[in-house]
Amino acid sequence: MEFTSQHFNALLPLLITSSTAILVMLAIAWKRSHTITFFLSVAGLNLALLSLIPAMQAAPLSVTSLIHVDSFAGFYMALTLVATLACVTLAHAYMEGFPGNREELYLLMLLSAAGGLVLVSTQHLAGLFIGLELLSVPVYGMVAYAFFNKHTLEAGIKYMVLSAVGSAFLLFGMALLYADSASLTFAGIGASLASATAQNTLAHLGIGMMLIGLAFKLSLVPFHLWTPDVYQGAPAPVTAFLVSASKVAVFAVLLRLYQMSPATAGGWLADLLSVLAVASILVGNLLALTQSNLKRLLGYSSIAHFGYLLVALIASKGMATEAIGVYLTTYIVSSLGAFGVITLMSTPYHGRDADALFEYRGLFWRRPYLTAVLTLMMLSLAGIPLTAGFIGKFYIITVGVQAQLWWLLGTLVLGSAIAVFYYLRVIVTLFMQEHTSLTHDAQHDWGQRAGGIMLLAIAGITFLLGVYPQPLLQLLQGTGLGN
Amino acid sequence: MILPWLILIPFIGGLICWRAERFGEAPTRLVALLSMSLVLGLSIWLWFTGDFQLAPAPGADQAWALEFRSSWIPRLGISFHLAMDGLSLLMIMLTGLLGILSVLCSWGEIQMRIGFFHLNLMWILGGVIGVFLAMDLFLFFFFWEMMLVPMFFLIALWGHSSSDGKKTRIYAATKFFIYTQASGLIMLVAILALVFANYHNTGVFTFDYSSLLKAKLAPELEYVLMLGFFIAFAVKLPIVPLHSWLPDAHAQAPTAGSVDLAGILLKTAAYGLLRFALPLFPNASAEFAPIAMTLGLIGIFYGAILSFAQTDIKRLVAYSSVSHMGFILIGIYAGSQLALQGVVIQMLAHGLSAAALFILCGQLYERLHTRDMREMGGIWARMPYLPALSLFFAAASLGLPGTGNFIGEFLILLGTFQAAPWITAIATSGLVFASVYSLIMIHRAYFGPPRAEHALAGPDARELTMVLGLAVLIIILGVYPQPVLDTTAASMHGVQQWLGAALSQLVMAR
Repeated sequence: MEFTSQHFNALLPLLITSSTAILVMLAIAWKRSHTITFFLSVAGLNLALLSLIPAMQAAPLSVTSLIHVDSFAGFYMALTLVATLACVTLAHAYMEGFPGNREELYLLMLLSAAGGLVLVSTQHLAGLFIGLELLSVPVYGMVAYAFFNKHTLEAGIKYMVLSAVGSAFLLFGMALLYADSASLTFAGIGASLASATAQNTLAHLGIGMMLIGLAFKLSLVPFHLWTPDVYQGAPAPVTAFLVSASKVAVFAVLLRLYQMSPATAGGWLADLLSVLAVASILVGNLLALTQSNLKRLLGYSSIAHFGYLLVALIASKGMATEAIGVYLTTYIVSSLGAFGVITLMSTPYHGRDADALFEYRGLFWRRPYLTAVLTLMMLSLAGIPLTAGFIGKFYIITVGVQAQLWWLLGTLVLGSAIAVFYYLRVIVTLFMQEHTSLTHDAQHDWGQRAGGIMLLAIAGITFLLGVYPQPLLQLLQGTGLGN
Repeated sequence: MILPWLILIPFIGGLICWRAERFGEAPTRLVALLSMSLVLGLSIWLWFTGDFQLAPAPGADQAWALEFRSSWIPRLGISFHLAMDGLSLLMIMLTGLLGILSVLCSWGEIQMRIGFFHLNLMWILGGVIGVFLAMDLFLFFFFWEMMLVPMFFLIALWGHSSSDGKKTRIYAATKFFIYTQASGLIMLVAILALVFANYHNTGVFTFDYSSLLKAKLAPELEYVLMLGFFIAFAVKLPIVPLHSWLPDAHAQAPTAGSVDLAGILLKTAAYGLLRFALPLFPNASAEFAPIAMTLGLIGIFYGAILSFAQTDIKRLVAYSSVSHMGFILIGIYAGSQLALQGVVIQMLAHGLSAAALFILCGQLYERLHTRDMREMGGIWARMPYLPALSLFFAAASLGLPGTGNFIGEFLILLGTFQAAPWITAIATSGLVFASVYSLIMIHRAYFGPPRAEHALAGPDARELTMVLGLAVLIIILGVYPQPVLDTTAASMHGVQQWLGAALSQLVMAR
C-alpha cells in the first residue's frame, strides 16, 4: 500500500501522542522532575489536538485496513485528547504532595490516551482489540498508583482481573465472529451478516460475547460490579480519566461497530441492548440513592448515564449519532468538573481522597466558587436547564421520541426522577450548616493554580453549552461515520 | 427589546444582590427591591401604552402586543421567541408586585446569607417571567424547569422544619423538586412528539408556538400529547391526586417562598393550560373537559376538607389554595368567555389574597415562633391590626362580595353553568366549605382564651403597608374589575374560540 503524506497527516494525532509518551519516558529516565514531565505531557497533548486540523483536512481516509480517519474519529479524538488534557492537569494538582514517584502517572495516561485514539478510529476488530488493550492496560497501573493505600490496591487488582475477563470475552467473541464471517473489518462483518439469510447462532454468540466484553468496559448492568469499588479506590484524577476518556473511546467504537455492521443483524440485538439500558438506568440510579461516598455515587450515576446513552444507540437512526456526540460531550464536561472538585479537595495528599459526603458539608460557606462549580456539575448531571447536561438529555429524549422508543423513554424519565434525588442530596449537603472538624479542604489559592483554572474553565463551558449549544451542534452535524 | 429586559432584570439583579452582600444588608435588599420595582414599573408602563386587542386566535396569523425574536439554536428550529398579550402582561404585573412583596416580607425574617437568598428569589422571579413570555416550546420548557432550582434552595436552606420535627425542609424541597421535575420530563416528551408529528406533516422542524398551533394531529395522538402537557400542569396547579408536594413545600418554605409559590408559581400552571394545552390540543381538551372539571370538583372539596382539618396555619392556607385552584380548573375547561375571564380575575385575586395570608402567617410566626394553631388563640386581644387584617383576607379568600375573589368565582360559576349545570351547582356548595375553613382559621388562631397574657408587638410600618396595599388592590379588583377584563378580553376570546369550536364539534358528533 502506498503511504503518502496524506496518510501521515491523518495519523498525526496518534503519532504525536505516542511520541510524547516516549519523550516523557526518556525525560523521566534523564531527570525526574514533576514540572518538566507535566509540561511535556501538556505540550504533547496540545500539539496532538492542533494536529487534528491537518488530519481533518486529509479525512476521510483509510490508513491501512485497521484505521479509518473520518470526521467521526476526529471528533472523538478531540474529545479524548481534551479529556486527557483535563485529567493531566488535575493529576498535576493532585500529585503535588504525593509521597511516591509522581512522573509515571503522566506516562501511563499518555499511553492510555493513545489507545483511545486508536479505538475511536478503528474499523477493524484487530484495531479494536489493540486499542482497547492499549487503553486499559495502563489504567491498571494508574488505578493502583497509590499502592500503599489499601483501597487503591484492591481497586487496582479488581479492575485488572475483571478487565482481563472482559477482554477474554471480547477476544472469544471476535474469534467466533471471524469463524462465521471470515472477515475482521466492521464493514465485512456487516456485509456477511446481512447476506446470511439463515439465522446463524455462531455469529450471534460472537456478537453477544463481544457485547459482554464492551459492556464490562462501559460498566453496564449486570457487568457493573467493579465500578463503585474501582472509582472509590482509584486516585481522583484517575477516576476522572476512567469516566471520561476511557468510556468515551469505548462507546465511540461500540457506536461505530453497531452502525457499520451488526445493526443489520435484526431486532434481537436491539432487544438485548434495551434490556441492558433499562437495567443500567434503574440499577445505577437506585443504588446511587444509598451512597454516602461521592465517588461511589458518581460511579453509580455513570452507570445510569451510559444506560441513557444506550437509548440513543438503540435508536441508531435520525439524529442518534449526533445525540450521542452531544451527550458524551456534556457528560464528560460535567463529570470532569465533578471529579475535578474532588481532586482539588483531596490535595495536598493525605492518604484517603476527600470522597465522603460529610466532608463536603457546608463547603459553600468556605469555598463559594468551588461549591458553585460542584453545584453546577451536579445540576448538569441531573439535566437541569442552564447547564450542558440539559442539552444532552434533551437530545437523547429527542432521539428516543424520533425512534418511538416509548418504554425506554419511560424508564429514562423514571430514572431521571430518581437521579434528581441523590444529586440534590449532594447539593444540599454543600449548603448545610458548617461542619466543625475539617480533615480535607482545598488550598486557599486553588483558583490561581492550573487545576483550579481548568476547573473554572470547565464550569464556564458547562454553562455556555447549556445556554448556547449551537456551535457544538453545528460541529456535530458535520461529523458522521465515513466522512 | 423590552421583553428580554423584563427577564434579564431579575437575573442581573440577583447576581448583583449576591455580590452586594459584602456591602451590607440594606444594599442587598435595596437592589432586589429596585429590580422588582423596575419590572413592575415597566409592565405598568406597557399596560398603559400597549394595544392589547392583539392576541393569538385560531385561524388568524399570530398577532401580539409585543414580540421579540432572535435566533438561538437553528439546528433544532429553536428561536428565542418572546411575545406578550394581555394575559402575559397581567401575570407579569402580578409577578412584579409579589416580587416586591417577597423582598419586603423577608426583610426581617431572613438574616442569614441574604445575598444568596436574594439571588435565588430573583432567579425564581426571572424564570417565572420567562415562562409567561416564552413563545417557543423549548424556551418555555427551559424556563419552566429553570425556576425549580432556586425554589429548591429557597425551601431547603431558609425553610422551617415542621413543628413535630418529622418533616424537614429538605424533605419538602426534594419532594417539590422531584414532583415537578418528573412531570416536566413527561411534558418534554410530549413537546418533542408534537414537534416530530408536525415535522412529519410539514417537513419543518420547529418549536415555535404559532407554527405548532397549525399542526394536524391524529385524534389519539392529540389526546396522549394533551395528557402529557396536562400532567405537568396538573402537578404544578396542583390537581388533587398530584398535589401532595404543595402543603409540605408551603409549610416548610420561608414566607417569601410561600408567597412566590402560591402567588405566581401555581399561576404558571393555569397560564400553561390557557396558553398551551388548550390552543395546541383543542379537540382532545374538549373531549377531556368533563374529566378535568370533575378533577376540579374533587379538588375543591378535598382541599376544603383537608384545609379544615389542619392545625398548622400555613398548611391550612396551602390546602385552601388547592381548593381555589379547583375553581380555576373548572373555569378553564368550561369553554365560555365569561368563565375564562373569571379565571383570570380569580388567578389575580387568589395571587393577592394567598400572598397576603402567607405574609400574615409569616408575621405571626415571627412573633410567636409557631405555626401551630393549637398554641395560638386569643391573639385578637393581644395584638393590634394584624387579626383584623387576617379577618379581611380570610373573608376575601371565602369570596365575600366586594373582593376580587368574589368576582372571579362568580364569573367562573356563571360562565360554567350553561356548559355544565350540575358541576356548577356542586361547585357552588364548595363556597360554603370555603367559609368554614376560612372562619375556623380565624376562630382558632385569634379568638378563644388567650394562651399568654403579655401583649405582642403590632405590625410595623413596613408590614402594615404591604398588607394594606394588598387589601386595597383586592378591593379595587372587587369593585372595578373592568380594566383587567378589557386587557385580557382578546386573549381569552382566542382561547374560547379554540375550545368552544372543539366543544361544539363534539356535541355535533354525538
